[in-house]
Parts: sequence; structure tokens; C-alpha cells
Amino acid sequence: MSNNIRSNAINHSDMADASAISVQSVQYAWNKQHAPLLVIDDLRIALGEKVFLYGASGSGKSTLLNLMAGVVSPRTGSIKLLGTDIVGLSNRQRDQFRAHHMGIIFQQFNLIPYLNCVDNLRMRIEFLPRAQQASAKEQIPLLLERLGIAAVAQQPAHQLSVGQQQRVALARALLGSPRIIIADEPTSALDADMREAFMTLLFELLDQKTCLVFVSHDKTLVSRFDRVLNMQDFRTKAIAASDQSEVQA
Amino acid sequence: MMRIRLAGKSLLNRRGTVLLTILSLTIGILLVLGVSHLRTQVKESFNNTLSGTDLIVGARGGALNLLLYSVFHMGSSTHNIRWQTYEELAKHSQVKWLIPLAMGDSHKGHRVVATTPDFFAHYAYGKKQPLDFAAGKAFAGKYDVVIGAAVARKLHYHVGDKIVLAHGIAEVSLAKHDDSPFIVAGILAPTGTPVDKSLYISLAGMAAIHDEWQTGVHIPSTQKSAAHKSDSHAHHQHSDEEHVHHDEEPNHVDENDHAHEQALTAILVGLNTRASTFAVQRQINQYTGEPLQAIIPGLALTELWQLVGSVEAAFNLIAWLVLLASLLGMTTSLLAALNERHREFAILRALGAGPVYLFMLIVSEVFLMCLVSVASAQLLLIVGIKLLQPWLISEWGLHIAASVLTIQQLQYLLAIFAIALVLAIIPSLIASWRSLANGLTVRH
Repeated sequence: MSNNIRSNAINHSDMADASAISVQSVQYAWNKQHAPLLVIDDLRIALGEKVFLYGASGSGKSTLLNLMAGVVSPRTGSIKLLGTDIVGLSNRQRDQFRAHHMGIIFQQFNLIPYLNCVDNLRMRIEFLPRAQQASAKEQIPLLLERLGIAAVAQQPAHQLSVGQQQRVALARALLGSPRIIIADEPTSALDADMREAFMTLLFELLDQKTCLVFVSHDKTLVSRFDRVLNMQDFRTKAIAASDQSEVQA
Repeated sequence: MMRIRLAGKSLLNRRGTVLLTILSLTIGILLVLGVSHLRTQVKESFNNTLSGTDLIVGARGGALNLLLYSVFHMGSSTHNIRWQTYEELAKHSQVKWLIPLAMGDSHKGHRVVATTPDFFAHYAYGKKQPLDFAAGKAFAGKYDVVIGAAVARKLHYHVGDKIVLAHGIAEVSLAKHDDSPFIVAGILAPTGTPVDKSLYISLAGMAAIHDEWQTGVHIPSTQKSAAHKSDSHAHHQHSDEEHVHHDEEPNHVDENDHAHEQALTAILVGLNTRASTFAVQRQINQYTGEPLQAIIPGLALTELWQLVGSVEAAFNLIAWLVLLASLLGMTTSLLAALNERHREFAILRALGAGPVYLFMLIVSEVFLMCLVSVASAQLLLIVGIKLLQPWLISEWGLHIAASVLTIQQLQYLLAIFAIALVLAIIPSLIASWRSLANGLTVRH
């Protein structure tokens, strides 16, 4: 199941144009003095592909997600999302790109606690392109209905159960039909039943063109995914690279 | 729009600290607006105290002192003016009218001023507004008294009431004349000037107070002997004709001859033409009969206001410093709140908010807090003035108009917003920097 990166690169090298996410020769470090925390030679995720990213805590998952979301920039290399090299974009353009094309779900505390459920969804629409805002607004009641949270739509987020909160977060990520969904351990705070329900809803609601990067250390979930990536592989490379630089120094 | 909504809800979520911040801001803004409003109002009230009078004549001394005791009824003169000086002045070709004023008595802490009916005819305040009677009429008899509006209100006097006037100006006077009651003949309409707090009697009435007193009680040593001697003859009006004979040689008047007349504290002068003001002033200042000075009320008021002005500037400075302290308090509380808001910012970052958005979010919060504070300060000011108005009028004779935003106050409000927004830059910048450094990582 856990393919290594080199073989992925070979498998997908002829599909570069169809990639939703393409990470090439990327090195990331806190600053120039530090050894790189993360080294990725070639990582491609196709449109519509559902990828399970496995890694223990501290393995650099957050950094990789921040890189893919365009919140941090790599020291070297290129990150292409939907064909756009986001490393070359300005900060503002990157923020805009993220708003327009990505839905993000965190492990927990996804919602602004003092806003009600609907206002939390509206916050997402605020950052969508104007042309999409009207249609996204129409999505709200449908998504609330579909996710079974219509009854709590007017309740402040902090009054919702964790399961309800995660479903609101899922609804928010799906608003505006982004092509890339990044989920950072969205089920780790849920019990087994709720986890199953959440995963089922997630896969039902994702369309064929939307790619999903799902980070988790819960290997029981992998069966739903097209591919499994192991953070350990990037990490080994990073350690190797830093060892090298130390030798050179 | 969503950002303002978000800012508002975020503030509501932190309502404990936010309310305290708004409270301290409100106090600061209230002080700044209040001091500014009071200053304009007091200055206006001040400049409106006397109108239409071209010169104030008194014994030589400080110009400000003369203004204070003759118009504001504060302090007292060190010397009196002789009655014959009044008569000399009345003969001057440029003089249109004269109001003689004799002070030194009080009634329950209010000054008693002896004058002639000319006072009601010629005294004016504000924009040449004459005195009006709310009830009754000017004094006619020796024991008639006309009282100011504040005196009537505070002491609940009505026309026809009998009151007792005391010698001396202390609130509690040992020497009261229970045997010579005065009758309230008239009550003046409110003017918002020291007239409201005073009682007016005829010169004969004042002489009568002292006349009767001299027969019973020993005269306190603070009173000038000349004044008492002149007091002993009450009906100076009747002796006017006799007095003319002495006018030729005023320097050599024997004290006994002069004792027929009521000594005066000050004389208000109205001239036929304003152009002659300086000429007449010079002539009075050079008068050889006794050392006199004449002051122009407008100039003296300006001079006095400049004196008061430095105090007012100090108040203004203190108000602004208090406001600055509360604005700094707001910055501090915003900075403290940033630590609790990492999660909130990470969520917004994930949704596509850039550092500029977060910067503007905090600026909006500051704007909202200032808006609420300004509104409540303005409201408090209006309510406060409404509540204090009766007290200010009765205690201070000061009429403070309801607060209307002046151009200066609008400028102040703009300045307050500007300072608040400048101070908001610090937490706003930190919020946007941290959001860049932390990215989507939620720190617990």
C-alpha cells in the first residue's frame, strides 16, 4: 500500500498537466542557517485523486500542508497547484488562490466559536471570487441539509458537538466547489461511529474532479483512498540532506 | 460587511475586557468633550456678563480687581468713590447714563447691591439684552428689594416676602437686622450672569441698614470709618441740592460735609458715542478729585479670560492625557487578546484571509470600540448637562447650553479616531506578522 515517492514520480510523470498538486525539488527550512526540515524531489497528485498522507506527529505534515496551502514558501523548488506555480505568486495572490481553489479542514477547532454555524460558512464565501458568491450562498442550505446540521444552523459554533463542528467544517470546505481539499486529521477527535459517518459523507460529497489530501495516522481509513503517501519517506530524505550538508560543512 | 460583523461578534465574545476598555475610553472622551464644551460655554457666559456698558469706574487699583468686584461680585474694593464724583461724572457731556453701585452687604451668602432704578433701565447682558422682571417691579421705597432669579429659586422667595439683610458679606453674619425687614418688590428673570445671585436695594435702603445698626451694635473694625459716617445719613437723594455747593472744590471737602452722601463702590458708565470711550477714560483716570480708574469692560474681560485661560488649558491637557491613557489601555488589552486568538486567525488564514485582512479586522474592532465610546460619551454629556443645569444656574449663575457638536469637537473626535487607529497599528501588525509565521498551525 505505501508506495514510495520515486515510483510515484515515475507513474505520474506523464500526467504533469493533469496534476492538481505538483511539488518539485522543494526544500523547506525555518531559515537559511537551519538544515532543511523537509525535502521533496517530486510529488504529484492528480485531479480527482484521493490521497492518504500517513505520518506520526512531528514528521513534518504541518509543514507540507502549509507549503501546499501556500501559507509558507519553500527555500527552493516549485509548487504547482492546478497548473499555477504558487511560489512565484505574491503573498496576496497566494492567499487569494487558496481562498478560490482550496478547502481546508483541521483536526479540531475549525470554527470561529462566537459565530453561528451559518456565519461560519459565510466567512468562507467572503473570500470567494465575487462571481461565485451567489451560487455558493445557494449551496449553504443544501449542504446543511445533506450533512444533517440544518437544525443547528443558527447555533453558535461553541455550542455544537465535536461531530457537528467537523461537519460544519466539511460543509465550509466544500462551499464554492474547490478543486483541492486538504484535511488535517479531521477525524482524530471523533469516536469510531462518528468517524465512519464523517468519512462516508466526505466521500459522497466529493466529486470526481476534486482531489483530496487526507492526513491521518489512523491506518484503518486507508481503504477508501486511491493512494497512500508516507511522511517517513520525505523525512528520511530530509535527514539525509541535512547529514550531507553537515558533512560538507 | 462580514468583516465588521466578525469584528463586532469578536468584541461581543470578549465583552468583559471590551466593556472595561469602552468604559475607560468613554471617560476619556467625556472629559475631552466636556472640558471643551464647558470652556466654550463658560467663555460665552463670561463675555455675556456685561453688555452696553462703556466704562466701569472705581477707586484706583487693579483693573481686574475692579472688574471682579463690580461685575462678578467677587472680592471687594479697598477704597470707595465719593458721591460727589458720581455727580461730577453725571455732568459730563459725553455721559448718557450712570449706574452707581454700592456693595458690602449680604443676604444668606448672596451679595446685596445698592443702586438706583437706572440699574434696571440701563444694565444689559449678553447681546445688549436688558433686565426683565419675572415678577413684581423695580424697588420704589427704602425697604424694597429686587432679587435675582437664582436667589428667588434657591431661597424660595416671592414678591411680598419679608427678608432681613445683614451687614458684611460672610454667609453667616452675626449682625442681622431683625428690626428692619425688607420686602421683595420684584424678581428678575434669569440672565445666566452674577445678577441672578444678587439682591438689589436702593442706596437709601443700604443707608438705612447701617443707620439703624449704628444705634445698637458696635461696628466691626473692617469697615472704613468714612463709610460708616456717610451711612449715618440715609436720605442722600434729599441732600443732592445741598451737595452741589461743594462740587467746586472737591479736594477740600470736610469729611463731615461729605457725610451726607452714600459712598459708592463702582459706577457703570454709558456714553453717548462709543468713539469718545478712550477720551472719557483718560479724563477719569486723570481726575484730580480722588484717585479713580476707568476700565473698558470688553478689554478687561478679555484680560481676565486670558488669566482663566491657562487653567482651562491645563484642564484640557489633563483630559487629553486621560484619554491617551485609556487609548493605551485599549492597545494593551488588544495585545493581550492576540494570544487567545491564534486559533481564530489560523482559521481565517485557511479561509484565504491575508495579513492585510487580519490587520483591518483589528482596526475595525478599534473603530467599533471608539464609535461606541464616542456615542456613549456624547450621550453622557447631554444627560449630565441636563441634570446639572439647575444646579449650575442656581449655584454659579452659569447657564450651560445643551451640548451640540461644534466644529472644534468634531475635530477632536477625528483626532481621537486618528490616535486610536495609530495605536491600533501595533496590535494589528503583530497579528498579521504572527499569522504569517504560524500559518495554519493551530497552537493550543
